[in-house]
Amino acid sequence: MTYSNILKVITGLLLGGWILAAPAISQGATEGEPAPNFTLKSRSGENIKLSELRGNVVMVNFWASWCGPCRQEMPLLEQLYDRYKDMGFTLLGVNVDEDPSAADKILKEIPVSFPILLDTRNQVSQSYEVKAMPSTFMIDRDGKLRHLHKGYMPGYENDYQEQIRSLLRE
Amino acid sequence: MIMKSALRPPMSLLCLPLVLILGGCSVEPWVKPYERAHLADPIMSFDRNPVASGYRNHVFQIRESARGAEGGGGGGCGCN
Amino acid sequence: MAATENRWRYLAGGIALALLSALPGARTLFATVLPEDRADLMYHRYDGGGVEVDGPTLQLRKSVGEAFSVSADYAVDSISSASVDVVSMASPYTEERTETGLSVDYLHNKTLMNLSLIKSDESDYLSETGSFSVSHDMFGDLTTVTLGYSVGNDDISRNGDEDFAQTAKRQNYRVSLTQVLTKDSIMSANWETISDEGFLGSPYRSYRYLDPLSEKGYSFLPESYPRTRTSNALALRLKYYLPYRAALSGEYRYFSDTWGISANNLEFAYTHPFRDKWIFDIRYRYYTQEGADFYSDLFSRRQPFTYTARDKELSTFQSHTVGFGVSYEIKADFWQYIDHGSFNLDFDYMRYSYDDFRDITQGGVAGEEPLYSYSANVIKAYFSIWY
Repeated sequence: MTYSNILKVITGLLLGGWILAAPAISQGATEGEPAPNFTLKSRSGENIKLSELRGNVVMVNFWASWCGPCRQEMPLLEQLYDRYKDMGFTLLGVNVDEDPSAADKILKEIPVSFPILLDTRNQVSQSYEVKAMPSTFMIDRDGKLRHLHKGYMPGYENDYQEQIRSLLRE
Repeated sequence: MIMKSALRPPMSLLCLPLVLILGGCSVEPWVKPYERAHLADPIMSFDRNPVASGYRNHVFQIRESARGAEGGGGGGCGCN
Repeated sequence: MAATENRWRYLAGGIALALLSALPGARTLFATVLPEDRADLMYHRYDGGGVEVDGPTLQLRKSVGEAFSVSADYAVDSISSASVDVVSMASPYTEERTETGLSVDYLHNKTLMNLSLIKSDESDYLSETGSFSVSHDMFGDLTTVTLGYSVGNDDISRNGDEDFAQTAKRQNYRVSLTQVLTKDSIMSANWETISDEGFLGSPYRSYRYLDPLSEKGYSFLPESYPRTRTSNALALRLKYYLPYRAALSGEYRYFSDTWGISANNLEFAYTHPFRDKWIFDIRYRYYTQEGADFYSDLFSRRQPFTYTARDKELSTFQSHTVGFGVSYEIKADFWQYIDHGSFNLDFDYMRYSYDDFRDITQGGVAGEEPLYSYSANVIKAYFSIWY
């Protein structure tokens, strides 16, 4: 068998494998559905349960120490939290690092005042079907997921602000 | 076995990227975005110091006949 | 040959077009990030086989807005050559080569495009190359496909000969696929085809042939190279993350071209971070090559009608390279514009052994001189900053 033919067979098998291995598309936590409940320990030691925050507008932001855009976004999230926290808004920063000390290092450089929750076993990330880093979920006063943001690009914080204001008005 | 003649790139290899794109949108990633801590580590980059490795490849290319296939991006944090 | 090359070109173009048109529309999924902003200043020195080359390299990269990243580089090589070829047939020389380059990256959703220009200039060789590549992430950012094309023009002259002016043209086609395998491993497959045409030899080198009329038993005549060359290279790379925080990598490349040259190289590397600030690297590379069809250290007689070469770069040989690197990270708390920096030191020890290239400076019966071998040291010291 010539090299050319061997390569053709291997390529054919690879192609076949890729196509056959593709399962059906599955949706992440969907907009309009109730946001999955969770209980996570925060950095300050206390447990925070999402359902206990009903009545507030909750913004859940998944981030990791190794994620550049996440670090870029942090100071802007702090600004939003500071601006709206007394109006029935809360921001939960869910850190997905396996080792919480990695999060501590980042927070020393970029200190924030909103609660940082530790999802070290990635159970909440899984239930929210996080598809990008960072991921931001806007939850309304009734506990329903209203907006989903994947990734962070400069300018997103304007969208966040608009959505927070409109959800607070409801 | 020594190949004296040049390898011809098979057409199927060229079509691979095309089919991957078309079929790619429906595959569920088996490494989740929040599981990429190790892959995002700079030590897992294929080319952590491009200036140094560029020079190293240059040193080899001057002295050897083989050339090419030295690059390639991807991996990393997969953010955004 | 020309017909196949055209087909290849159309197919590569078609794939590039397919990639660009596959960009998601209304349901935007931003992914991929621009290359990091950084600056590197390096001093490098090569010393071996009678050749000394040293000089600085500077590279600066900065992102512009959210979608662009620009990079510029400048390097100078000061060459002092008394290599075995030079000493056998000419006299030692010094030379300076300057390389300048400019590159732009553009990020749009999951696609990264790059355009770069490189110019390399020395007294008898001017080379200009333009490259374009497109890179696309898919499969939840687990897979990256890259297509690249480069075209280059070379102007070759001969020191001391005003009338000598030749040109060569190069075209490179690259395809690469990077795939995340597990959360601890990643692989990359790269293919590159390079096609040259024009003056592909050296204006200075000669081939050797048996000449009973000559005192030494051999004489020299200028080499004659084919005016075309097409080569293919396929490389596979694998990286694996070790649980205590270290990385293991392996690479294999196969090369083959229309001059009858085939080569294999295998490389292993281990990266070991230590405490917070240190990173150690060790590497081993093995390279083996089968020589060109028209290469010979000593032709049996004059060859006026066939291609002839006595460039050891085209001969049959093996090389071993062992390398070691140290990197020390510096936190830049003192200057707000810099995120962090590193100081690095790199050593490579290379050993080349030729199977069919002889060291005629050692004297002896024509064709029975000792086979040539040499070793070289390469040292790199560089400073990097991220901002």
